[in-house]
Amino acid sequence: MRIGCPLCGVRDRREFYYAGHAGALDRPDPAASAKIWDDYLHNRDNPAGLTEDLWHHESGCGAWLVVRRNTVSHAVLSARLAKGDQL
Amino acid sequence: MRFSALKILTEGLTGNRGWGAHWRDPEPAEEYDIVIIGGGGHGLSTAYYLAKAHGLKKIAVLEKGYIGGGNIGRNTTIVRANYFLPGNSEFYSHSLKLWEGLETDLNYNVMHSQRGVIGLFHSDGQRDEAIRRGNSIRNQGDDAELLSVDQLRKMLPYLDYDQGRFPIYGGLLQRRGGTARHDAVAWGYARGADQRGVDLIQNCEVTGIDIKAGIVQGVQTSRGAIRAKKVGIVVAGRSSQVAAMAGMRLPIESHLLQAFVTEGLKPCIDHVISFGMGHFYISQSDKGGLVFGGDLDMYASYAARGNLPMVEHVAEAGMTLMPMIGKARMLRSWGGIMDMTPDGSPIIDKTHIEGLYLNAGWCYGGFKAVPASGNCFAHLMATGSPHAAAQGFRLDRFRTGRGLMDEEGTGAQHNLH
Repeated sequence: MRIGCPLCGVRDRREFYYAGHAGALDRPDPAASAKIWDDYLHNRDNPAGLTEDLWHHESGCGAWLVVRRNTVSHAVLSARLAKGDQL
Repeated sequence: MRFSALKILTEGLTGNRGWGAHWRDPEPAEEYDIVIIGGGGHGLSTAYYLAKAHGLKKIAVLEKGYIGGGNIGRNTTIVRANYFLPGNSEFYSHSLKLWEGLETDLNYNVMHSQRGVIGLFHSDGQRDEAIRRGNSIRNQGDDAELLSVDQLRKMLPYLDYDQGRFPIYGGLLQRRGGTARHDAVAWGYARGADQRGVDLIQNCEVTGIDIKAGIVQGVQTSRGAIRAKKVGIVVAGRSSQVAAMAGMRLPIESHLLQAFVTEGLKPCIDHVISFGMGHFYISQSDKGGLVFGGDLDMYASYAARGNLPMVEHVAEAGMTLMPMIGKARMLRSWGGIMDMTPDGSPIIDKTHIEGLYLNAGWCYGGFKAVPASGNCFAHLMATGSPHAAAQGFRLDRFRTGRGLMDEEGTGAQHNLH
């Protein structure tokens, strides 16, 4: 599996650290209910097929990426910087 | 079909032409008392204990593929009960006891081999942890033995004891641990359930779960609608998809775990050896192949096959531990789909929908759990209250934060297990 880093180009999967579903970027308001926080922290759609998840280009430029890929075929479709998103 | 010494002798003398199918291939009925979704190890053992221990009738197991074609056929066949945390430890202890009576119970040879499981340690701190774990295992009545490096050298002379990075300081041995023939476990439970009247319906994919006013009514399948008073979801690997049919979002992310087998070799590895620091474990099958595996590939996946970085990592760890296996040729590799929960421990619980039960989140511990998982899930479905050995496996433990079982001690959140 190789991931196209927008800054470094296509790199081997070994350069990246995986940090789970990109839903982590949609952080609820601190005052949101316990139910919303529980859902955010623990529950997952866990799709079989297209997904977007977070990868850290740990051994490269250090950027956090949102990678669009397929969990059934392992095809990597696109990657963008997570920088513009609220974190 | 029953097995007996006489039958084997007669068949052996008459060309083995008299053996029948091990279970029926029934058409699905319109209605059952209990429908189990998933004909893997856990689903089959659930059906078996529902019929045997609770005397229930009108049970169906719905399997989208064929019996034995899922994770029950894609693991590394290890059976052990050397867990540490309350909640997990009594459950796996219960499971090991069921394993020890399984062949007699099923009248089926599952090739259960109590060859001993050895976990290695590599520092004074790890030795202390092994002593503590061993004591806790013994306190609950199971067996654990601390092996000094000298004892270990006699038992496993082929390990590289003086490697620079992880010198071996000793090991924790559980003699009652070992392996079993994974396919035979599925077949034995399938036959046992079928003999007690359970309908095993293969090539029957569940496409929907019917719920009315918060009460389960039955399921929609590729072979038509089936009404049911109770429905159990036992589809680890695909739990999120099936639970979504009931409008549930589970605390589960599916991950990929690879395993490997070499060509057949003469017997050389007599135990199950676990090299935790290298994320590597190995045993030798009765056929002679070295069966070994490592850690998760560490990204969400349903591919049931892995990527090369983990293959390389596992091979390196194997060579670090036992250089002698370097000349063995790898024959096959495969991947299983793991239901990973935030704390790395499973779920056996009711859901918020009446009559709908969930057995999921087996992470990488599913095979050894097959007997107790079915036994405890059947108890829950039949009586409505959790079995004493599985009452810690609650679905709401992540929400409440109570009773988390983070066996690895890495933190109870996704992506750390």
